[in-house]
Amino acid sequence: MIARRLAVIAAAAALLSSSSVLAADDVLTIGFTVSRTGKLNNDSTAQMRGFELWRDELNDKGGISVGGKQYKINFVSYDDESVNARVQQLYTRLINQDKAQFLFSPYSSGLVATAAIVSEQYGRIMLTTGAAEEKTYKLGNKNLFQVYSSADRYLAGAVDAVKELNPNAQVALVYKDDPFSKAVLQSARKQVGEAGLRTVLDEAYSPETTDFGPVINKIVSAKADVLLGGGHYPDGATLARQIYDHKAGLKWVTLLVAPDSPNFASLGDAAVAITVPSQWEPQVSFKPDFGPTAGDFTQRFHAKYGIEPGYHAAGGYTAGLILQRAIEQAGSPEQTKVAAVLNSMDATTMFGRTKFSTDSKEHGLQIGHEMIIAQWQKKSGALFKEVIWPKAARTSDIVY
Amino acid sequence: MIGIIASIIDGLLVGAVYGLAAMGLTLIWGVMNVINLTHGAMIVLGMFALYFLASALGLPAYGAVPVTIVVGFVFGVMVYWIAVHRVIGRAHLMSLLSTFAMNMVLVGLGTALFSTSPYNVPVAVSGITWEGYTFTGTHIMAAMLALAIAGLLYLLLHKTRIGKAIRAVADNREAAELNGIPTTQVLSFAFGLGAALACVSGTLIATLFPFTVLSGGAYELKSFVVTVLGGLGNPAGALLGGVALGLIEGVTTPFMPVSWIPIIEFLLFIAALILFPRGIFAFSRA
Repeated sequence: MIARRLAVIAAAAALLSSSSVLAADDVLTIGFTVSRTGKLNNDSTAQMRGFELWRDELNDKGGISVGGKQYKINFVSYDDESVNARVQQLYTRLINQDKAQFLFSPYSSGLVATAAIVSEQYGRIMLTTGAAEEKTYKLGNKNLFQVYSSADRYLAGAVDAVKELNPNAQVALVYKDDPFSKAVLQSARKQVGEAGLRTVLDEAYSPETTDFGPVINKIVSAKADVLLGGGHYPDGATLARQIYDHKAGLKWVTLLVAPDSPNFASLGDAAVAITVPSQWEPQVSFKPDFGPTAGDFTQRFHAKYGIEPGYHAAGGYTAGLILQRAIEQAGSPEQTKVAAVLNSMDATTMFGRTKFSTDSKEHGLQIGHEMIIAQWQKKSGALFKEVIWPKAARTSDIVY
Repeated sequence: MIGIIASIIDGLLVGAVYGLAAMGLTLIWGVMNVINLTHGAMIVLGMFALYFLASALGLPAYGAVPVTIVVGFVFGVMVYWIAVHRVIGRAHLMSLLSTFAMNMVLVGLGTALFSTSPYNVPVAVSGITWEGYTFTGTHIMAAMLALAIAGLLYLLLHKTRIGKAIRAVADNREAAELNGIPTTQVLSFAFGLGAALACVSGTLIATLFPFTVLSGGAYELKSFVVTVLGGLGNPAGALLGGVALGLIEGVTTPFMPVSWIPIIEFLLFIAALILFPRGIFAFSRA
């Protein structure tokens, strides 16, 4: 009697476990962390929304089609609190405990550098978005694939535009003391020199800075008419507001990251004429090889979240699209096959061209994508972000 | 040279607000020997109070100042009864842990309600422009209000019965009790007063800069530096300490990278602790 009961229980357990295996087979798990709290919250949340929109649309269509089989996408994500130590713990957990088959990156170059150490240790493919600093891709990593243009391209367009508007411009480089901003400014310093522009102030500020009065006084003392710099949202928005409050006499201001966020419009008149190097804007008109057009994406994003997407959201969505394409073309979710497709990919999405470097010295570095410059402009009392550079992509004249 | 003078004036204006923030911290320490680690959260409360009163309810920014003082006071009294009352007179570590835990709860609640995204309250006040350097109207207003509130605090502490009771409790709680002063109520009032000062300083800071739920930490740290300069438990010294800190920031920044400011501040903090353990402005003790 007992033996018969045990046999029934064993059979039921076997049935249950086999059905759970079947269920697991139909799902691809992608792991990542989001800065739901902490100083990177604003941009990281936008990136996560991009991921989520891609997943929801894909799952609504039945998932990724591979070899006649449909795989639904399952996300496992945690709050990294904008802290490196949390990223290290959580990416290890995502791989070991949550069995994530693929990874998306956290937001910001600093956090991605930490996540990359873990993803490489375990040989997991990680699509990085919101991470432009090149250094991480020059450490011999084999499983990182960068969606964004790298940091050395961020201010190149702004330097070109300034050179054309005023070849005698005096430039102040004022930037956050963090890996991303310093990497961007390292290249910008060289580009300003090559353009024949004069740098009259070159200064980093602490990430915790809230009172920019002393820096702005230095800008005025240096008689700068152009400011290039900034860092991320909190400091960039604060700097923009104080430049306006202090009437710093600048004719051109390009700040990293912050002005791309739709929230930047909350600064009101302080946002007017501020420019931002952007990975993407809703007005771009790339003809995608796969996925939606920029217009379709913008419409769907707005319908879901009630705001217009910035480039962080578009980057998140594109990371999903690229991974989806790679898995479909590989015909398998197997890491080596998907990595091989990513290595050979040269495609255009609504985000622009995507091509990863296969040079062992900089494997995974984005070498296909180009950046644009956007500017906040006031029209009929409302603030809009317009594309002003390069000229070919211009949607409005430059306010200078 | 003009740039240096402009930088010094800017530093003095911001320093007055730092001083006001530190007065709340030092008042609580002086009266009940509690290092209030909810100080940053109370500063943030003032910031968000301004945001809702000005942006959501349409109140003029400076019209919100008296309201935030009341909000801060009520909030402070609540925090006193929840987290402070039972640990007064016990080891300092107890009150440190208790207010630290309360701070974590408040920051967590704030994060859940408002996220850590930045908020901005646009305030338009004409400033003064001199040789290309602009002293913003908001900075001037914030400094003037900070000094006015500090003056009112002085009058409260020295010219009213409750103020005298607070000072009596700060001097000797047992003697005050023997003289019929209801010390527990006085302590809760003093804690509320300290919280109100932190809260209103947060309101004034929010007229100057965008802020997040996490902004309080940076100003709390500055408050510690200021209270050490001014002497722990000395509100007048805290105001002078704040102005001195602003002055030091103003004088040093034209000559060195601004990223060195925190290093200078905390070197000063250590030096003041070693050389002037009772505070550089101990002579001004009320």
